[in-house]
Amino acid sequence: MLRLPESQYLKMVGHALDGLPLEACGLFGGDARSGKVEICYPCRNVAESAKLYTVDPKQHLQADRDAEARGLEIIGVFHSHTHSDAYPSPTDVEQAPDPTWHYVLVSLKDGEPVVRSFRIVDGVISEEPVALESQ
Amino acid sequence: MPVEVRLPTMFRGDAAGQASVKANGGTIGEVLDDLVRQFPRLGGKIVTDDGTLHRFVNVYCNDEDVRYLDKLDTKLADDDIVTILPAVAGG
Repeated sequence: MLRLPESQYLKMVGHALDGLPLEACGLFGGDARSGKVEICYPCRNVAESAKLYTVDPKQHLQADRDAEARGLEIIGVFHSHTHSDAYPSPTDVEQAPDPTWHYVLVSLKDGEPVVRSFRIVDGVISEEPVALESQ
Repeated sequence: MPVEVRLPTMFRGDAAGQASVKANGGTIGEVLDDLVRQFPRLGGKIVTDDGTLHRFVNVYCNDEDVRYLDKLDTKLADDDIVTILPAVAGG
């Protein structure tokens, strides 16, 4: 399960909407054991594409260091799909770097954002619940 | 002189669970070679068989992505810190 504070959920969805018409992306700092996100790091999509994303490597390094300084680690990534469902694409699966991460999709195809979270292990996608928490 | 190399979680299992290791070399390429000598299971995961940086990782010298420096030929000084992170991308 991914535990996502409402404040960080809003930060993620806001970044996804701000990124339109391009895909937007970012990272989550949190506790790997509990799956609790503590901080959302909106990042630049250096691919500058409506169909692809690449997290700005420099912002990834900054997020990694910030998370470490807070006693956290990077536990996942989110990105938006502007014209398709909130489900990992074949490219997402091929490039999923870490089997311990949470892969969050924000679909904006129908106006109202749809958020779903997945684990991707050895190319196998499994959906997990997203629990929105007040803190 | 050994430099500190920080590893992402996905590679720690191949490096005896360590988040940070020491490796020797005067360039990024030499340090990564030494890293693989110490931890052979990392072979092919950071540098490809044809000797280029794997497209699924980013390697940094301190704050800089080495792709924007001299790639594997980037020279290292004492106290430099090498960080390896996954390249996070998709569609």
